Amino acid sequence: MNSANHKIRTSNLSRPGGDMQWCFSQVKGAIDDDVAEADIISTVEFNHTGELLATGDKGGRVVIFQQEIDNKNVPQFRSEYNVYSTFQSHEPEFDYLKSLEIEEKINKIRWLPQKNAAQFLLSTNDKTIKLWKISERDKRPEGYNLKEEDGRYRDPNTITALRVPVLIPMDLMVEASPRRVFANAHTYHINSISVNSDNETYLSADDLRVNLWNLEITDRSFNIVDIKPANMEELTEVITAAEFHPHQCNTFVYSSSKGTIRLCDMRVSALCDKHSKLFEEPENPSNRSFFSEIISSISDVKFSHNGRYMMTRDYLSVKIWDLNMESRPVETYQVHEYLRSKLCSLYENDCIFDKFECCWNGNDSVVMTGSYNNFFRMFDRGHRRDATLEASRENSKPLQVLKPRKVCTGGKRKKDEISVDSLDFNKKILHTAWHPQDNIIAVATTNNLYIFQDKVN
Amino acid sequence: MEVDRRAMECAVDAQSLISISLMKIHNSRTQRGGIKLHKNLLVSYVLRNARQVYIKEKYAEIYRMQQYEEVMAVCNEIQELDPLDLGAEDGDEEEQGRAACCGEESRPAGSREPEQPYYRSCCMEAPPGSPCDQFAPNGGGGGGSHCNKTTVLDLDTHVVTTVENGFLHQDCCCAAPQCAPGAAARKRKVDSGGCAPDAEEPSDFTAARKRLKREDCSNPDCNPDYTDTSNISNLISIFGSGFSGLLSRQADLEQVCSKQALASLGAWTRAIVAF
Repeated sequence: MNSANHKIRTSNLSRPGGDMQWCFSQVKGAIDDDVAEADIISTVEFNHTGELLATGDKGGRVVIFQQEIDNKNVPQFRSEYNVYSTFQSHEPEFDYLKSLEIEEKINKIRWLPQKNAAQFLLSTNDKTIKLWKISERDKRPEGYNLKEEDGRYRDPNTITALRVPVLIPMDLMVEASPRRVFANAHTYHINSISVNSDNETYLSADDLRVNLWNLEITDRSFNIVDIKPANMEELTEVITAAEFHPHQCNTFVYSSSKGTIRLCDMRVSALCDKHSKLFEEPENPSNRSFFSEIISSISDVKFSHNGRYMMTRDYLSVKIWDLNMESRPVETYQVHEYLRSKLCSLYENDCIFDKFECCWNGNDSVVMTGSYNNFFRMFDRGHRRDATLEASRENSKPLQVLKPRKVCTGGKRKKDEISVDSLDFNKKILHTAWHPQDNIIAVATTNNLYIFQDKVN
Repeated sequence: MEVDRRAMECAVDAQSLISISLMKIHNSRTQRGGIKLHKNLLVSYVLRNARQVYIKEKYAEIYRMQQYEEVMAVCNEIQELDPLDLGAEDGDEEEQGRAACCGEESRPAGSREPEQPYYRSCCMEAPPGSPCDQFAPNGGGGGGSHCNKTTVLDLDTHVVTTVENGFLHQDCCCAAPQCAPGAAARKRKVDSGGCAPDAEEPSDFTAARKRLKREDCSNPDCNPDYTDTSNISNLISIFGSGFSGLLSRQADLEQVCSKQALASLGAWTRAIVAF
């Protein structure tokens, strides 16, 4: 790969003496205020080069956008993405034994590193993981002499010459085909998949178990973590997310609903019920409330690209952990602390159960996560700066710079501030993704995908 | 960990949180995609926390009421008292104290002093010879030095019974009583709206039967809305078992009696165990 294309462009991330500046690039999806449930975006993921951007939705569809190749080297327009492929990944199913409907909603998409001309991704719903091959076809064979004009096969006895067909160019066609279906390995709802750095295996995690698969083998998987108690009535925690280490193929982590993260080494034993490291921060007793357990539940865990840190998201904060220190995180960022006094209402309207994701930028200097009112937050670790930005149609003129937003927590509301009570809790940003090598971000509101890029001087 | 009522950030009372939580669990049974184990587990934590606060508040209520009655009783006695009769009276009080443990209702707890022997942290050993030693708490369960005054609804027979024992958790008396004086408890049949008792679910707990601690709301001053409590008992009777793991987590911090109350209330999350 041409390394010049992969230079990490963070020079514009923070202007001297100023804040980070982001510009609107595009928005994908219907403009309707009336959102069809099937169109609700449920996952967003860049591939390893950032050229492809995949989204999954509640209707079981996957839409892949491709970076416009002509514009890649034009700074202002390098974040133009266009639809590349759309396919139905999962369909609703019915489990007759348990009388349960299995939702087709795509919970996660993970790209495989590219090995040949085709692209591969894993997509999963609650029960089944599928490996999809996305390949391009831009030529077709012509010149067969085996068929009549109308398509019927000619009588072989009438064919007297051998004609080798020729490949001629055609309009680009992108085909998605399911190459593997990994089914029947999860009793509970799958919440995570993660491809191993060995490019041969991947893990899938549900509420109580983590399974290890070989990408080639669909009829077998190894269970490597099982936290199901002998008596289900003794259940106290569930697995909420799991991820392989980016470089060490023997290491993975899984987070729990109790706010702990366990790091496991697969070399130690076949069944990794016993963790190698346990990351846990003691609870602050003065913050104790009815909802302490809910807000400490971790909704996402992500390793940094360099593999030295991991980030966790719970309801109110983002925490950065050094893998060498288990006792507490090295950094904690408050996403929307003003919601702490609203937990009761958020419990009543179920918002307190929202599972926010988080992501790192390419060089691990900035982290991003979503919030309500279509706000999303960025935390610059190096400069100790944070920003609140909004994804909205009002700010969607091409290259329009996003104005930082501020939530007023009490007292006199300044101009341009928004009060906590005016926040729209139906407009939530749960899924965000950062281009692995550039300052291009994809932010999913309920049914729209916003693409922003950093401001080019 | 104990839930401190003072740390509650909103004015919603424990009882309405219990109702809301039960409705969430109930609704989750019909949600598309099947029961979400994670969400229901979190809801049951809220239930447990609300329950703790609810129990504490009710005990504080009862304690305050008992103190009031006891003070009145002592005043009456003082008026009638002949100073030479003090010795005989001590015996009387002790008997009254024991009778209180035996399940009579609304008696003064006995001693003229503040109720120290009866309000001791359950983590401590009961003092030897305490009147409550000999009385096993409801449903057995060993180590019977912990007791309390409980109003229980038997889900199988739908009978509400009040049983009065002696010890309460120390924290219960620490919490400032905020509710109106609790209702008098009495035995009566409760119509739980036609919900079948949970006959098929075997009891996993040491308690012989599933019991629901329930406040009788015949007192008009009582805070809880009667409709809410009947809704709660209806919903509770729907569910069969629950996360006793949540109980064992707190076993080293809480009283056995509360644990039993919670054990019976574990009925609320049966849906999750349906896997």
